[in-house]
Amino acid sequence: MIDKQVATVGDAVADVFDRATVMIGGFGEAGSPIELIHALIDQGATDLTVVNNNTGSGEVGLAALIKAGRVSKMICSYPRTANSTVFPELYRSGRVELELVPQGTLAERIRAGGAGIPAFYTQTAVGTPLEEGHERRTFNGSDYLLAYGLTADFALVKGRAADQHGNVVYNKTARNFGPLMAMAATTTIVQAAAVVALGELDVETIVTPGIFVDRVVAVANPEHESVLVTAGSSYP
Amino acid sequence: MSGQSEVIGLTRDAMAERVALDIRDGAYVNLGIGIPELVARYVPDGREVIYHTENGLLGMGPAPLQGQGDPELINAGKRQVTANPGAAYFHHADSFAMIRGGHLDLCVLGALQVAANGDLANWSTGAPDAIPAVGGAMDLVAGVKTIYVITQHCTKHGDPKLVETCSYPLTGLAVVDRVYTDLAVIDITDRGFQLVELSPGVRFEYVQERTGAPLIPIGDGLAGAAPSDE
Repeated sequence: MIDKQVATVGDAVADVFDRATVMIGGFGEAGSPIELIHALIDQGATDLTVVNNNTGSGEVGLAALIKAGRVSKMICSYPRTANSTVFPELYRSGRVELELVPQGTLAERIRAGGAGIPAFYTQTAVGTPLEEGHERRTFNGSDYLLAYGLTADFALVKGRAADQHGNVVYNKTARNFGPLMAMAATTTIVQAAAVVALGELDVETIVTPGIFVDRVVAVANPEHESVLVTAGSSYP
Repeated sequence: MSGQSEVIGLTRDAMAERVALDIRDGAYVNLGIGIPELVARYVPDGREVIYHTENGLLGMGPAPLQGQGDPELINAGKRQVTANPGAAYFHHADSFAMIRGGHLDLCVLGALQVAANGDLANWSTGAPDAIPAVGGAMDLVAGVKTIYVITQHCTKHGDPKLVETCSYPLTGLAVVDRVYTDLAVIDITDRGFQLVELSPGVRFEYVQERTGAPLIPIGDGLAGAAPSDE
């Protein structure tokens, strides 16, 4: 019998190891698995490479993980957001490395990684400073850059509902990177507001099939980053 | 914005209204953050335009009423929005397949600089202490069929934003089709900046003085000249 549900967020992230690459879902606060990130802070793994579109805001969630000194490298497209102060400070003082990737290239690199595709070509960034270090090749008269598929040791993803097989549905624009990261990580951990019985999710509308998910944990009333930031919260 | 007794050229809203006139019925459109977002307010009645926001929504509607938003229903600028009837959510790989695959008709973006050959700089001033952040700008200009820029003609310091060659880091090479400013509408052509129309009360010389490259007057283009690429 397959039951991927674990009891607590602490159990879910217990085996994250130092120097792991961790993909964290979310675009801004939409889809950010705050409770899993906070459990990762408690768990203590460090020297992490984190893949996320942004770098968090305030001093909760991803920003708190960075502030705690656990992240040695960020791979992201937009590390500068309103209320984002933690990353800029550490970046300027040379304490965290940044790999800047155009948003669509980042998404496709993750998709490719999860789909077993080692590399692909894209027109994005041709002739710009972000071309540096990328092979250029011409197809049908247009120039393209080589981009590599991206995989990770762990993915932390937020869903609206999941079942014990790991099937996941999402909430509105919180879907963003979740389905891609779920494919690309060796161990994918999903927090869902509801973990429902098998058969309750409409089979036609499942977004992430359970084969891509290793652990599911229920977080009934997930925090919203903007609410915490407005309240001046910090973690721990 | 206020207290100016002598204002030459269009306001931000009038610029957005001018762009909206050129968006055809049925178009799939991505609007950048800032002035481009205003364009949605001015699409003429009778035209249905479907807005794409690259974080994963087609059919984006306006901001929600106070207290009725969802922090997980946001646009690319991370502000709360709504989903119109007929909308669809999707993940990022699908969203950028729409962009990169040439499925969107139009993208309207802001600019730091536009060069006479259509090069665009809009993501970084290259300042040494700046935190580099690009988001989806490079994907949009590389993938969307038609790129309109909406921008003030000059910087706050009075420097031209339409230039011979961009000095800021590029977002894309030869990607801009048309520029809408407070002073004029200008096409990017094989011969450079082709004036399409002047804002009311604005003279050609006034625009040329504020443009960093030669401006081809109306009627001096090639016979029947149209936007260069398509």
